[in-house]
Amino acid sequence: MNWQTLTAALFPQGCDVREEHQVLTGGGTVGSDTVAVVGTTGHVPIGVETALAQARFILETVRGHPGRPILILVDTQGQRLRHRDEMLGINSYMAHLGKCVELARRRGHRIVALVYDQALSGGFITSGLMADACYALPDATIRVMGLPAMARITKVPEERLTELALDNPVFAPGPENYLRMGGIEAIWRGDLAAALVAALALDSNGDARSALGLARGGRGLAQRVIAAIVAGDDVLAP
Amino acid sequence: MEHLTYIFQGGTRALPRQSDVVGVVGSGNLEVLIETAPLAGACTVDIATAAVGFGAIWHAVMADFHARWQLRDTRIAINDMGATPAVVSLRLDQAVETMLEERA
Amino acid sequence: MRSYLEATARERLQRLLDPGSFQEFLPPSSRVVSPHLGQLNAPVAFDDGVAVGRALLAGRPVFVAAQEGGFMGGAVGEVHGAKLVGMLRRAINEQPDAVLLLLETGGVRLHEANAGLIAVSEVMRAVLDVRAAGIPVIAVIGGSNGCFGGMGIVARCTNAIVMSEEARLAMSGPEVIETASGVEEFDARDRALVWRTTGGKHRYLLGDCQALVADSVAAFRAAALDQVDRATAVPLTLDALEQEQALLTARLDRFGHVREPMELWRALGMDHPEALPLLEADAFVEHVAAVRLGAR
Repeated sequence: MNWQTLTAALFPQGCDVREEHQVLTGGGTVGSDTVAVVGTTGHVPIGVETALAQARFILETVRGHPGRPILILVDTQGQRLRHRDEMLGINSYMAHLGKCVELARRRGHRIVALVYDQALSGGFITSGLMADACYALPDATIRVMGLPAMARITKVPEERLTELALDNPVFAPGPENYLRMGGIEAIWRGDLAAALVAALALDSNGDARSALGLARGGRGLAQRVIAAIVAGDDVLAP
Repeated sequence: MEHLTYIFQGGTRALPRQSDVVGVVGSGNLEVLIETAPLAGACTVDIATAAVGFGAIWHAVMADFHARWQLRDTRIAINDMGATPAVVSLRLDQAVETMLEERA
Repeated sequence: MRSYLEATARERLQRLLDPGSFQEFLPPSSRVVSPHLGQLNAPVAFDDGVAVGRALLAGRPVFVAAQEGGFMGGAVGEVHGAKLVGMLRRAINEQPDAVLLLLETGGVRLHEANAGLIAVSEVMRAVLDVRAAGIPVIAVIGGSNGCFGGMGIVARCTNAIVMSEEARLAMSGPEVIETASGVEEFDARDRALVWRTTGGKHRYLLGDCQALVADSVAAFRAAALDQVDRATAVPLTLDALEQEQALLTARLDRFGHVREPMELWRALGMDHPEALPLLEADAFVEHVAAVRLGAR
């Protein structure tokens, strides 16, 4: 689904979203409110410019529109792989974007993210994964890395990784796995506008993804480890 | 991965501390977790190793270790990533020596 | 002079913090190992590659984590990440003077793919929660594996970073970039270039780290203590982020077209940029004091 069709479906009351260098910014009407919209398209690799542009929009929203909800639309092939971006400190630009999202949250802006096409690793971790809740369309691909590169780095044969990527929750790239692991709140099917309204109405209550992963059976250890450490226990709860 | 277990009886030396770990699970290295435990005098060693088929060598290394230290009521657990017998013996000795150390 | 680089994570904890003060949370004897490495026939570690707990730093109560670069490159899997998050959340409850993160990591542990990615994201949120609670978070980077990937982003979510010249801080490793974009883009075997691009001295010049020290545990300890004592602007503010937006925009405007890091150093005002890699840490810091970017 392209971003124009998507935003039209999300905002039947109307929206004004622009694209510049594969960065989306703008707003949409929900009820009597405006929702700020920021994100990427075209599977763009997130480089220093892309991170900076999104950060700027979020800061302008916090400065100019206190409390306005923010919708992050995610479509990226991951971080930009260039010497120049590393030299300039792409990790700093990414961190800055993540900090801007966090600031907006602290200042009372509800942050909802939607992976509508691709989300890879570095391109996703300071946008979608920093939201109060991250959602995905059923056909979205969410993954850490392409299999050939993963095989090269881990020294695990590509055939073995391909086998695991079919149905192993740790490796398979579908939103269903992220849902089960607690990384995704829900998958949006059907009425996208209604799903958005419902998502905006939820309370932001801290990062509950590890508990979600345990409850849904996708991550059996994370929450138990966290709980044991917080409680000062040296054994995990069963 | 291969899993091996050794149980030694007749040890006489009990260790004073609770538990310690030495070494790192990296290529050619291993970690040794050593703990005092009520085992009716036994010393147990559980090994998980990425190098498969070296049971006889582990057996020899463990027998030497027990002859050297004669530990009782001690549980040892090893995660090994292809360390040589010399490095294994070294880490085992380090583990025991760490347990015997007086801490300031 | 004991090398920080060559020390294991546990040795760093023993030597950097006050002797005997480290109390570990969920120690190796708890045997909480990775549930995912077995299916790839990879060995586990009893601490899943990270030791977390509380300690004293010159008498100040701190919470601390030290990643073991020797195990899976220090990369973050489900348990490893959860130990970091648990320590960070407990810090908010117990209010130490600071949290120290001794980072040495490739980022997300690929062997745990999806679980690792979510784990790093949770660490990021938890670090920012600690800052929001008014507790400074200091990153210490000095291992041979550097600090990469999603953890390179987490590092820049902390209040301050201490690095040695030998350390690296970046997102993608040079091999990944060379594979994706070719050797002309980034020759991963050109070590000098790799360090000019992502090493401690370059990051210090850009203002991305706040202290540049020699590779000694004593130097790291002193710098970490200094950063704890001078920590300001602990929680995020709109003013501070708008300022950072301006700094990052200026950096891009000034140097976005530069192809070689030494050109950047020359543009900063260093007449002999080729001499910078040769200087000892203290001499380097003094030499660049007038021109380096960043607040302090």
